[in-house]
Amino acid sequence: MTPEKILFYVFATILVLSATMVITRRDPVHSALFLVLAFFTSAILWMLLEAEFLAIVLVLVYVGAVMVLFLFVVMMLDTNKAAMRAGFVKMMPVGLIVAGVMAFEMFLIVGPQYFGLDKFAMPAPHPADYSNTEELGRVLYTVYMYPVEIAAVILLVGIIAAIGLTMRKRPDNKSLDPSEQVKVTKGPDRIRVVKMASEIKQEAK
Amino acid sequence: MDLFLDILWIIVKIVAIVLPLMLCVAYYTLAERKVISYMQVRIGPNRVGPRGSLQPIADAMKLMCKEIILPKSANKTLFLIAPMLSIGPALAAWAVFPFDEGVVLADINAGLLYLLALTSIGVYGVIIAGWASNSKYAFLSAVRLGAQVVAYEIAMGFSLVVVLIASGSLNLGEIVMAQQGGWGFLNWFWLPLFPIFIIYFVSGVAETNRAPFDVAEGESEIVAGFHVEYSGMTFAVFFLAEYANMILISALTAIMFLGGWLSPFHGIPVLGALFDWIPGFIWLLLKTLVVAFLFLWFRATFPRYRYDQIMRLGWKIFIPITIVWIVVAGFAVVV
Repeated sequence: MTPEKILFYVFATILVLSATMVITRRDPVHSALFLVLAFFTSAILWMLLEAEFLAIVLVLVYVGAVMVLFLFVVMMLDTNKAAMRAGFVKMMPVGLIVAGVMAFEMFLIVGPQYFGLDKFAMPAPHPADYSNTEELGRVLYTVYMYPVEIAAVILLVGIIAAIGLTMRKRPDNKSLDPSEQVKVTKGPDRIRVVKMASEIKQEAK
Repeated sequence: MDLFLDILWIIVKIVAIVLPLMLCVAYYTLAERKVISYMQVRIGPNRVGPRGSLQPIADAMKLMCKEIILPKSANKTLFLIAPMLSIGPALAAWAVFPFDEGVVLADINAGLLYLLALTSIGVYGVIIAGWASNSKYAFLSAVRLGAQVVAYEIAMGFSLVVVLIASGSLNLGEIVMAQQGGWGFLNWFWLPLFPIFIIYFVSGVAETNRAPFDVAEGESEIVAGFHVEYSGMTFAVFFLAEYANMILISALTAIMFLGGWLSPFHGIPVLGALFDWIPGFIWLLLKTLVVAFLFLWFRATFPRYRYDQIMRLGWKIFIPITIVWIVVAGFAVVV
C-alpha cells in the first residue's frame, strides 16, 4: 500500500464515523461539531486528489463561516431531549421503511456498478508547479463564464431577499445613527449659557 | 525508510519554527506589560530577573503548577478540547510562512488561502469554550466573538484578494518578490494599496480579539469572557493562542504590505549599497516587531469600541471599501 492509500483509508474512516456521529449524537451541538469534522476530513480527501483550491475553500467557507453561524443557532436552541425522543418506538417502522427506500434508491443511482477504475481512469498525478487554483479560475472565467455570472446573480437575489425579509424597524430599537451623532456642533443646540447673579457670601453666625 | 527520514526532517523543521515562536510569545507578553506601563507612566514588572526580564518564565511556571479546575456542569471533553482547537490553527498557520527567500516549511502555491482558512477556524476554540463552560458570561462572549470574527473575516478575505490581484500569486514568497523594485520601500504594497493595508491590519486586530475590539473579554461587562471558567494551563493555552495570532498577523502584514524580507533601501543610491548586506530575516523581524508594537500601542491608547459600532465598521465601512478596491486594483493591473 502506498502512503497515499493509507492516508485515504484513515481519513475516509474518520469521515464515515463522524458522519455517523452527526446523526446519532443526542446533543445537537455535538452533532454540529461532528459535521465540522466531517467537512474538514472531506477537505483532506480532496487535498489527496490534488484539488487544493476546493479543499481549502471548503474549510474556509463551510467550516470557517457557515458552521460557525450554524453552531450559534444550535447553541441557543433549548432542546427538550425527552420531547424529541417521545414516540420513538411508534415512529420507528415508518422511519425504517423510508430509510430503506432511500438507501435502495441511492444504491440504484450511485451504486458500485457505476464506479471503478474501468469506468473512471485514475487521475494522473500533476507536476509540482501545477496550480489547481489557476486552472479552476481559467475554466470558470472562460468556458463557464455565463453559468458563473448567472449563479452569482441568483445568489445576490437570495441575499437581497433575505435582507428584505428581516429588515424591519422595531419601535423599541434604541440603536443610534453614528452619522447623526458626529454631526452635533458646539453651538446653541448643545450648550445653553445661563446668566445668573453670583451668590452672596453668607455671614458666619 | 526514506519516508520516515522525510517525516523526521519535517518534525525537526516544525520544532525549529515553534520553539522560537513560543519564546517570542512569552516575551511579547512581557513587552506588552512593559510598553503599556511606560505609556501609563508606571514601571511595570521589575521583580523577577534584571528589569523583570524573567517574568514570563515565572508566569509560565505559576500557570503550569496551578490546578486545572473543571466546572461541575461543564461539558468536560469539549471544555478541554477548546484550548487545543484555539492554539492548533495559530501554530499550523506558520507552515506556509516564508522567513527568507526560499526558507519555508511548506512552499505551497495556495498559501494565502491556507492562511485565511486557518485563521477562520481559530474561532472554534472560543465558541466551544464559551458553550462548554456552561456559564452565561462565557456564552455571551462566545456569541460576541463569533459574530465579530465572521464580519471581519470577510473584510480580511477581500483585502487578501486585492493583494492577490496586485501580486498575481497566492504564494507568500512570490507576493514578497512582487514587491521588489527599484525604489526600495516605495515599491511595497502599503503605498499603492494603502486603504487595504489599513483595513487588513484593523481587521487583524479585530480577528485576534484585541483592544479596541476586545468586547469578547470586556472585563467591565462579562468578567473575562470565554475563558472565565478556565484556570492553570488551560487558560495559558488560550493566552498563548491569542499572542501567537497577534504575532502571525503582524508578520503577515509585514509580508504582504511591507515587503517581507526585502531591504527598504534596495535600489536607492548610496543607502541601498549601505544596507544591502543585512540578511533578509533581520528586516522581516524588524518589520514584524514594528507592527506588533502597534498592537500594544492600540491597547494603551484606544477605548473599547461599542458593539454595534464594531459591526457597523466591519459590514458597512470595510467591506464596501474593499469591494471598490478590488475593482480599482483589477483595472490597475489590466490597464
